[in-house]
Amino acid sequence: MANYELKDLVEWDARVREKVAEFGLDCYTQEFELCDHFGMLGYMAYSGMPSHYPHWSYGKSYEKLKTLYDHGVSGLPYEMVINSDPAIAYLMRDNTLLLQILTIAHVYGHNDFFKNNFTYRTTRASLTIELFKAHALRVRRYAEDPSIGIEKIEHVLDAAHALSWQCRRNLAIRKLSHSEQLERLVDAAHPKPDPFHRIHARAEVHEPDIRKVPIEPDDDLLLFIRDHNPFLAEWEKDLLTIVDEEAKYFLPMMETKIMNEGWASYWHKRILESLELEQGLHLEFIVRHNQVVRPIPGQINPYYLGFKVWEDIHRRHTNPTPEEIKRDGAPTKSGDAKIFEVRETERDSSFLRRFLTEELMREMDLFKYEARGDDLVVDKVSDEEGWREVKETLIRNVGAGSIPVIRVEDADFGQNRTLYLKHAHDGRDLQLEYAEKTLAYVGRLWGREVVLETTLQGKRSLLCYNERGFSMRALK
Amino acid sequence: MPPLESIFRDYSRSDAEHSDRSAGDRARHRQKVRESIRENIADIIAEESIIGKDRDRVIKVPLRGIKEYRFIYGENAPGAGQGDGETRPGQVVGKTGKEGQGKGDGQAGDRPGIDYYETDVTLDELIEIMFEDLELPNLERRALRQIPSDRAFKRKGYRHVGIRIRLDKRRTARQRVMRILAARHRHANERALEDAARALEDAELNELDTDTVAEDEERERRFPFHQDDLRYRHVETDTKEESNAVVMCIMDTSGSMDTMKKYLARSFFFMLYQFIATRYRNVEIVFIAHHTEAREVTEEEFFHKGEAGGTFISSGYLKALEIINERYHPSLWNIYAFHCSDGDNFDSDNPAALKSAKELSEVCNLFGYGEIKPLGSRYYESSMLNVFRRLEAPNFHSVLIERKEDIWPSFKAFLAKDRIKEAQ
Repeated sequence: MANYELKDLVEWDARVREKVAEFGLDCYTQEFELCDHFGMLGYMAYSGMPSHYPHWSYGKSYEKLKTLYDHGVSGLPYEMVINSDPAIAYLMRDNTLLLQILTIAHVYGHNDFFKNNFTYRTTRASLTIELFKAHALRVRRYAEDPSIGIEKIEHVLDAAHALSWQCRRNLAIRKLSHSEQLERLVDAAHPKPDPFHRIHARAEVHEPDIRKVPIEPDDDLLLFIRDHNPFLAEWEKDLLTIVDEEAKYFLPMMETKIMNEGWASYWHKRILESLELEQGLHLEFIVRHNQVVRPIPGQINPYYLGFKVWEDIHRRHTNPTPEEIKRDGAPTKSGDAKIFEVRETERDSSFLRRFLTEELMREMDLFKYEARGDDLVVDKVSDEEGWREVKETLIRNVGAGSIPVIRVEDADFGQNRTLYLKHAHDGRDLQLEYAEKTLAYVGRLWGREVVLETTLQGKRSLLCYNERGFSMRALK
Repeated sequence: MPPLESIFRDYSRSDAEHSDRSAGDRARHRQKVRESIRENIADIIAEESIIGKDRDRVIKVPLRGIKEYRFIYGENAPGAGQGDGETRPGQVVGKTGKEGQGKGDGQAGDRPGIDYYETDVTLDELIEIMFEDLELPNLERRALRQIPSDRAFKRKGYRHVGIRIRLDKRRTARQRVMRILAARHRHANERALEDAARALEDAELNELDTDTVAEDEERERRFPFHQDDLRYRHVETDTKEESNAVVMCIMDTSGSMDTMKKYLARSFFFMLYQFIATRYRNVEIVFIAHHTEAREVTEEEFFHKGEAGGTFISSGYLKALEIINERYHPSLWNIYAFHCSDGDNFDSDNPAALKSAKELSEVCNLFGYGEIKPLGSRYYESSMLNVFRRLEAPNFHSVLIERKEDIWPSFKAFLAKDRIKEAQ
């Protein structure tokens, strides 16, 4: 069925690696594993991890993927790469030789990105496999413990999974410790030195509440609950840690989806073009490449968008149009130097903000849509008047931007150990049914009343969950 | 920079077969699906699509219990998309809940991130889950009346004795072969000894006869069947209880029974039939349609033919009694009768209806009356519920069905009244 043998792949891989080195990509050692579609479905359900703790949601995701695959709704990816050192990639063995070559080149693109992009620094790639293995081991041990068992674990994990993305977005920014936050609070409370204090009225000094918990609003919901709910058992705290660690491992992937896929597509194209493929393979390459990197009307294809932006950056630095030179000045770096710099220092939101140009948006016909009644209606298109708004909407929807920001404001609201959460409202309301159910999960972990301040249809509202259930009221 | 290295691991079939690591999580997920179905069973069976369909039919069941909730944005969150180059403001690019959304994972969802999830179950599974949900402990424990019926010829092992006709030749022959083999083995060991003994015997008797030698050889060659070889099939008469039940569906088909009312009635009959079918081996179903007079009809006619005119409820009951007398004698059949009507009976018929209902409840295991009055209509129409209140039979139950959500609770209440007559 496949038109190649393993030794062919090894040969082609050597040629691809030559090019990888020539172009200056900087990769971890790469492991390739050939798998069939069952294996691929399994890896997909567990985010590619060779070992992972058990939870029914992965069974659900497997069934879902399998159903979609069996019914031909969606195909399987050609590959799957995980961010670890050495990087592990799974190749579908049913793919044709050309697809395998293309995939191998693509994989090195991801590999380079994992190793060099700043958002991945926190993921400690060399420990990835061990980390997930350790998680699996711990959860299995709790499941076997007669005093805990699978039901209780699920009770905690269901809730923890619901909150796993409620964490800090930019992990490169160090979280201040409690004492540092305290210091900052006290510093801020000091009146500013005023050279004219003799003639000015003395500024009023507000004494800061140094006993408030948290001092600064906390993004890490799971960790906060872990550290501030004294009634959690050690194993429960451990489960929260596990879920949080896993979310933070995957967060960079979410935050760089467009850049990462675009980068890998950009490099598989350049590598394959430089390989001087024979005509048959070359034609297949063009077909396959255009399948991967194609616009999907009505949606955003991260492969396409990312690829276009990377190409555009490179072009603007190697072959700028006279207008671009007039507007941006002559390029100071070569195209290659520029894209290598960008792949290190940006993530999707900043990448698009800095490098998605008006012209490119117009070329791709990006638009903004809104729900009106049952219909999704185009609101703004990328014309002179609308492109900024379209771009802003796009940026807000990439990466973790599609997850509402909710922070812990107070752990002892009303001196009642009520957990006070606040949604940083940016014009987008929460989906109420989901908010209600998720708040119940927060309540489950917190063990006391939880309230969430948000804005619904322009009105500040407070959602409460306590032992009497869910309630909602408007705030003044 | 050190040279980039790579490692290839080939596909290995045995690995792939052993690596079904999602099996545990999938099993747990399915268990949760089942729980979720059970929790929502009332909604599911109230859906029209399952009524009157065959048991292998696959139905889609929305799952509410096992969604994975998170904080997500609602409908007023705008999205971005890519057009074909001709996009203009005001153009409709999709539906809320369909494609055209920012999430490009190709899954149907109400809104981006909404975990819309449904599963396929066969009607058979659903019915099973449905009755698990019934949770009528009394009913479970009570043995439903069963009528013993001899089902002969149930094989049960082999015996050394039996009647000729049940001789199992094959096994008998096998026993003999076993004996031959055993005998040969013994001979080999003991022949020497025997020969010696015989020589001694012969010498003593000194009476060597040529005949005996021939007989001896003959015995060597022949190896006849012995009594011990014979094997007979043993047959037990299977006295497993046979159970017959008949479901009598009686429905008012007068002009006032509109489609909605018939649909509610139909749902009820469907469940009753399915339930009875799980409890008894042989279940028959009788449809009796009545207005001022009653007829036995086919299922098709029963649900789809409307008739005009007034209503004599007693006619339906008398017809049922007649059929029971003719075909389903209560000593052999468990009889379940249920009557659906909108209660709009001619007043003059009420005493007769009450009388025949009483007779019917005497012969039935369970007899029920369901008054179907879509919400709001009950205030200005007459009702039979008041009339039947005077019927004092422990196995009679009357229910009021106002909307489809009522079907399941009233069905549960109805079954709780099941009376088991002593086996005769």
